[in-house]
Amino acid sequence: MHQIDCPWCGVRDEAEFQYQGDASVTRPDPDAGEDDFFSYVYVRDNPKGWHTEWWHHNGGCRQWVKVVRNTATHEIHATGLPRDGLPVPQARLKP
Amino acid sequence: MTRQVNRLDAGGAWIDRDQPLKFKFDGRIYPGFAGDTLASALIANGVKLMGRSFKYHRPRGVLTAGSEEPNALVELRTGAYREPNTRATMVELFDGLIATSQNRSPSLKFDLMAVNQLFGRFLTAGFYYKTFMWPASFWESVYEKIIRRSAGLGRAATAEDPDIYEHAHAHCDVLIVGGGPAGLAAALSAGKTGARVILVEEQPNAGGAVSPTRDEIDGIAAGAWVAQAISELDAHENVTVMTRTTLFGYYDHNVLAALERVTDHLRAAPDHQPRQRLWTIRAKQVVLACGSHERMLTFDNNDLPGVILSGAVRKFAERFGAIPGRRVAICTNNDDAYETAHLLKVAGIEIVLVADARSTLGPAGQQALAAGIRVETGILPAYAHGMQRVSGVSLQNIDGNFTEKVACDLLAVSGGFSPDVNLASQTGAAPVWRDDILGFVPTKPVARERSAGAGNGVFDLRNCLIEGHAAGLEAAKTAGAKVGRKGSAPKAVSREITAPVAVWRCPGKGKAFVDFQNDVTAKDIQLAHQEGYVSVEHVKRYTTLGMSTDQGKISNVNGIALLAKARGQDIPEVGTTRFRPPYSPVAIGAFAGHERGKNFQPTRRTAMHECHEKLGAVFIEAGQWLRPQYYPQPGETVMETIWREADQVRKTAGICDVSTLGKIEIFGTDSAEFLNRLYINGWKMLAPGKARYGLMLREDGHVFDDGTTSRLADDHFFMTTTTANAAGVLAHMERASQVLWPDLDVHFCSATEQWCGVAVAGPNTRKILGNAFGYAIDLADDALPFMGVRTFQWRGVTARIFRISFSGELAFEVNVPWRFGAAMWDAIWAAGQDHELVPYGTEALNVLRIEKGHVAGNELDGRTTAADMGLGRMMSTKKPFVGQKMAGRVGMTAPDRATLVGIKLVQETGRLRGGAHLVLDKNDANAETSLGWISSVTDSPGLGCWIGLGYLKGGLPAHEGARIHAVFPMYDEAVEVEICSPHFFDPDGERLNG
Repeated sequence: MHQIDCPWCGVRDEAEFQYQGDASVTRPDPDAGEDDFFSYVYVRDNPKGWHTEWWHHNGGCRQWVKVVRNTATHEIHATGLPRDGLPVPQARLKP
Repeated sequence: MTRQVNRLDAGGAWIDRDQPLKFKFDGRIYPGFAGDTLASALIANGVKLMGRSFKYHRPRGVLTAGSEEPNALVELRTGAYREPNTRATMVELFDGLIATSQNRSPSLKFDLMAVNQLFGRFLTAGFYYKTFMWPASFWESVYEKIIRRSAGLGRAATAEDPDIYEHAHAHCDVLIVGGGPAGLAAALSAGKTGARVILVEEQPNAGGAVSPTRDEIDGIAAGAWVAQAISELDAHENVTVMTRTTLFGYYDHNVLAALERVTDHLRAAPDHQPRQRLWTIRAKQVVLACGSHERMLTFDNNDLPGVILSGAVRKFAERFGAIPGRRVAICTNNDDAYETAHLLKVAGIEIVLVADARSTLGPAGQQALAAGIRVETGILPAYAHGMQRVSGVSLQNIDGNFTEKVACDLLAVSGGFSPDVNLASQTGAAPVWRDDILGFVPTKPVARERSAGAGNGVFDLRNCLIEGHAAGLEAAKTAGAKVGRKGSAPKAVSREITAPVAVWRCPGKGKAFVDFQNDVTAKDIQLAHQEGYVSVEHVKRYTTLGMSTDQGKISNVNGIALLAKARGQDIPEVGTTRFRPPYSPVAIGAFAGHERGKNFQPTRRTAMHECHEKLGAVFIEAGQWLRPQYYPQPGETVMETIWREADQVRKTAGICDVSTLGKIEIFGTDSAEFLNRLYINGWKMLAPGKARYGLMLREDGHVFDDGTTSRLADDHFFMTTTTANAAGVLAHMERASQVLWPDLDVHFCSATEQWCGVAVAGPNTRKILGNAFGYAIDLADDALPFMGVRTFQWRGVTARIFRISFSGELAFEVNVPWRFGAAMWDAIWAAGQDHELVPYGTEALNVLRIEKGHVAGNELDGRTTAADMGLGRMMSTKKPFVGQKMAGRVGMTAPDRATLVGIKLVQETGRLRGGAHLVLDKNDANAETSLGWISSVTDSPGLGCWIGLGYLKGGLPAHEGARIHAVFPMYDEAVEVEICSPHFFDPDGERLNG
């Protein structure tokens, strides 16, 4: 059970959040081609280790929170607003 | 009351001899005492046979005195309260307790399935995989039935669990798991720092494996010291001691789960008390002081009732004054069994001998010799004799040569001790092997925990206390407590321990059990290896070693050692399997807690719910909502009701509660731009006071949701969504505004439960609403044209009226603030009495919308495109919108996609069914020839026949007017249908104007 530090509400239990996927992909410009949109919708890394992801605080302030989480240890390194560029630790785990 | 034959005259620290109890086992009434466990009371009464084994149905007695018990599993209580596979060693006795043995038929003493033993050589490792392979057709008809009958142990209750379970949360600085000497020392040292400490102990009493009478701590008997420690901890406000609480799971972020058995030890839970409480504990630091599990020696027939672990014999004697025999032989490979010998001797039990596998005697052995106990060195058990209980044991030297046979009625065995690394292993820290103690110990922690005491491989009492004390201090300090004077650990005298000797298989050719609960023998492990299973994880699954409810607490190390032997390797090379939660079985009810039935999913009612009830509505669940399905009149069939309601909407007027639609208020100067990006169609030119149908796609280009959205002012829109997607659309919009386009000036919130609404439809609508609202609003065509929106004041509140229609009739939707919903319904209902107003439910609504070809949830199944629904031209080319590029992919625009069509039943008899496949020829109907499917059907009163909507490859351009077949293989039905426009009724929309 994670505890997530919502930038608006403070530390809250995982149960208040809904996982919303990879936050490292950015939506292409509307004029971009089909391939770019295809990558945006379907193509994902599946890293063992640090991962930037969205957690929607839908049982709380309803804000989308950016979370840097380790997919292997579930450690949370940082949380922030959507506009925040969060630092991602470089250490990679053995695949 | 009969005498308890195996109860000692004195002793038994946990029982209260002044409180005699009666209980029933397999229909017979026995006496016991308060404080007994079911196992100790059965032992006291001389009962040795307590169960039958899983696979071979061999007679089994109790093996341990704790939660690791693999054999003595019983069904507890009766009826809806019946709980299978309850460990008799963990069941606290209460007056009137009823327990039944399981896995036997017809009786425990005479079990027909014991015939499986004769076929033992067919039931070896991998038996399920090998035997039930083929023919495939036998699987459902024959094999599954056999397996289901013979597998499993007890019977689960079939009635709903009547017990109450609670969930609770706790936070602490230091959580200590285990109330033995190490755990108590840790709690004392951590508690003194002022840190918030929780100590959990699985048993009803603390003390662990310490001997209350024979051990001394701080100069007093250990039993007295434990009591003193507990009262000292109780006196600390910052320390909580929880007994009868099993810590069963160690999860991420130092969250641990524990099960507190609140009232299991009582005959019935007192009022307002739960049976069990599931604790979620967030601990800054954890001390694992979980103790160790004694192992069995692997020798032939070692599963005979009366063959019991030596430490368990001691616990039964010291805690309960119960001894499972009067003539005891002891076989051991370590020092601990000598403690049992001394204790039993003092209690006046005859010790036949202690057979020590080691070749020389250490100090413990010398002491026993000096006390007049016969000790033989270099001797192993060879075979346990007896039919349903042990009557003697044959002994052998380490080369396998028979030495003697001794008579006994109790064989106490110690195969060494495995530190309980279960919880540490759950955190992902792989245990490491220590040859000096012949056990796995926890390695460097990955979570915020440390181990202490026997669980860390420290078996000497003095060192347990020292390590526990230090661990408590360190944990408190790391958690942020101020550690001043460190104090000193409780003191005990150190004993010199002689190392145990590794004996993984006492020579023999018969059935020597490793995993008692799953009936895995030494031979099975050897066989698995012969058949090519090398990895310990594979051998585990193939033989089912350690996969029973005890998770191999006793069997794991023995099994791994045998596999290592077969592989010709050392134990560290083989490694161990990872333990996973739960540590011991947890009732499903405890996980559910109060969240079951209506407490799992709340019921949402609209403000007009009581109005519907008064009119006799039958309700249907739509998500969490209750919606009126139809309003039956006396003597009507369901279909007659639905037809009447739909028919009257077309002829006079009907009223329908539409409050459950998702409603979202949108404000901001960029609202129109925001909607432009979400919906496929344009919104910038929509004038205030007008509504528009909108369709939104997902990012992948498929249709997500639809609804009507109105512009109430330049910077104020009011969106409606389908009932089912209300939450999803809001989250979609939140993502869009917060993540994708934070620069847009747009703000919105859900208003689903702020506005309640009715749809009033039919030719008489204007007259009815005019009466109801006192002509506060002009409903004339030029004042409120189709797709017009107005607000008006009614009884002092602002109401909104929308001229929109789902039914295809002249219709309005009226919204008022939620708490005025019933008043609005009543006002319209009263006004409608002179105009043949009828209430209609979701069924009639469905009839009306299918007749109009309007899509709903059945058509928006997540796989359809806007073009599939015939709405391709709604997709704007002048602006970008979510899903635009992806909707243009080749597969999404292929000409042979199945698109929306109307379907009419041609023949006089039969019916249409949702889910039926559309094929050209009913005699050639299969997955390849299927051209599409029917999504919605109704027996239409407007058209006088069955009609439906569906998706058909090629759609109307290819098939309009064609006669094809709809097949429904499940009922072996095939009917002839005609493909037509989905706009069955009033295709030109003339009725919208009344």
